[in-house]
Amino acid sequence: MPEPIISAKDITKVYRMGEEEVHALRGISLDVEAGEYVSIMGPSGSGKSTFFNMIGGLDTPTAGEVSVEGCRLGDLNSKQLAWFRCHKIGFIFQSFNLIPTMTALENVAIGRIFSGATPEEAKRDAASVLEQVGLGHRLDHLPSEVSGGQQQRIAIARALVNRPTIILADEPTGNLDLKTGEDIISLLNEMKTALGITIITATHDMKMLSASDTVVWIHDGAIDRVAHKGEVEIKVGTIDGETVM
Amino acid sequence: MPGPTLRETGVPEQPDVSWSVACSVSWAGLRRRLLRALITMVGVILAIAFLAYMLITDSITHALVAVNDDTLNVLLQRTGVDIFASGETDQMTLLLIGLSLLTCLVGIVNAMLMSVAERVKEIGTLKCLGARDSFIVKTYFIESSLQGIIGAAIGMLLGLLVALSVATVNYGGHVYTNLPILPVLKSLIVSFAIGSLLAVFASIAPAYMAARKQPVDALRIEE
Repeated sequence: MPEPIISAKDITKVYRMGEEEVHALRGISLDVEAGEYVSIMGPSGSGKSTFFNMIGGLDTPTAGEVSVEGCRLGDLNSKQLAWFRCHKIGFIFQSFNLIPTMTALENVAIGRIFSGATPEEAKRDAASVLEQVGLGHRLDHLPSEVSGGQQQRIAIARALVNRPTIILADEPTGNLDLKTGEDIISLLNEMKTALGITIITATHDMKMLSASDTVVWIHDGAIDRVAHKGEVEIKVGTIDGETVM
Repeated sequence: MPGPTLRETGVPEQPDVSWSVACSVSWAGLRRRLLRALITMVGVILAIAFLAYMLITDSITHALVAVNDDTLNVLLQRTGVDIFASGETDQMTLLLIGLSLLTCLVGIVNAMLMSVAERVKEIGTLKCLGARDSFIVKTYFIESSLQGIIGAAIGMLLGLLVALSVATVNYGGHVYTNLPILPVLKSLIVSFAIGSLLAVFASIAPAYMAARKQPVDALRIEE
């Protein structure tokens, strides 16, 4: 069996709020295979965003460890983490998070610039990825001049421009209408098939479930259950090492 | 298709973005945020205009006192100049200049901190895309220095204009026949230099504050 692309082992995260301790994650373990489409479901405050941030190297666990492609993220310094986020992860956000003063082309190109490309190379690559997501005719528009669906397409192009192995999409359809949301999901799916990218989404959106290979339910900082595509029975997860239904 | 894994390749350090690229990113941002940039600049413009006005008026007054012409002395005394005083700038003027510069410094720091606060999410996003702290420091540093330098240049000219107009109203053509060109030039250069240095100095703290923002905290902010 191949090594999982992402391996989270017994992740806990405790925040201190004054005197009080808040347990955001209580021992999450999850392996994700390369090329898988995983949806993480859970109500807000369940800890799914915290878990997401750990995979993206944005946050560090209080205990436990996250490995990506066999490399422990806890061992990396801040400059290595910047490289890791730049080259291995493509982030997609609910509210798109495009830079309002940059055109579509510049928004996509900036990631290439961080990876060390010259401005000319960056613009050329950005233009070709924008073409791929169907926005070849909107290169010089500012985010405020295009629709929400098109903004999310720009964000997807930005996430893809450095050829990452993993896409982390936090509620990518949360701010979009039904039809546009479906278009975005199918675009993600196309990219997964065409480029062999592993996709992890956090979502409330039931539409995303049919596209997923694996669905993970998180509740109160722990994995509630895990279901694979085509599986009738629902698998059993663990909370603090105890088996629950 | 995915290449070799991280276990095989190891994780290198992210390269630095050059000053010239950071400069073009900042410049593009400033141009598209022109109104916001102008509001920040107004603080610098006014402070430096005041400084330049005080220095230039001082030079002009000294030059006119030195002429020692009877009609001119009457005009000078009418505007409150002590024509028997020694040629030095009085303490009140120095205090006013000091205060205006302090206001200018606080103004720039405040405006830049506001701009950092407004753009926390943007900083977080850039870090997710692989920006190193040094890139954030560079862009903020360049942005506020540029605002300061442009503001100082405009302020210096505005101060000159006002000082000449006020002097013309008070002393008429005497100003131009006795215009102390070198001291006025010196005042202009001093105002511009002080304004620019102040802006560069004031931009250091906000730039570092911006870079220290953790992406997690930055992204948690809802608009």
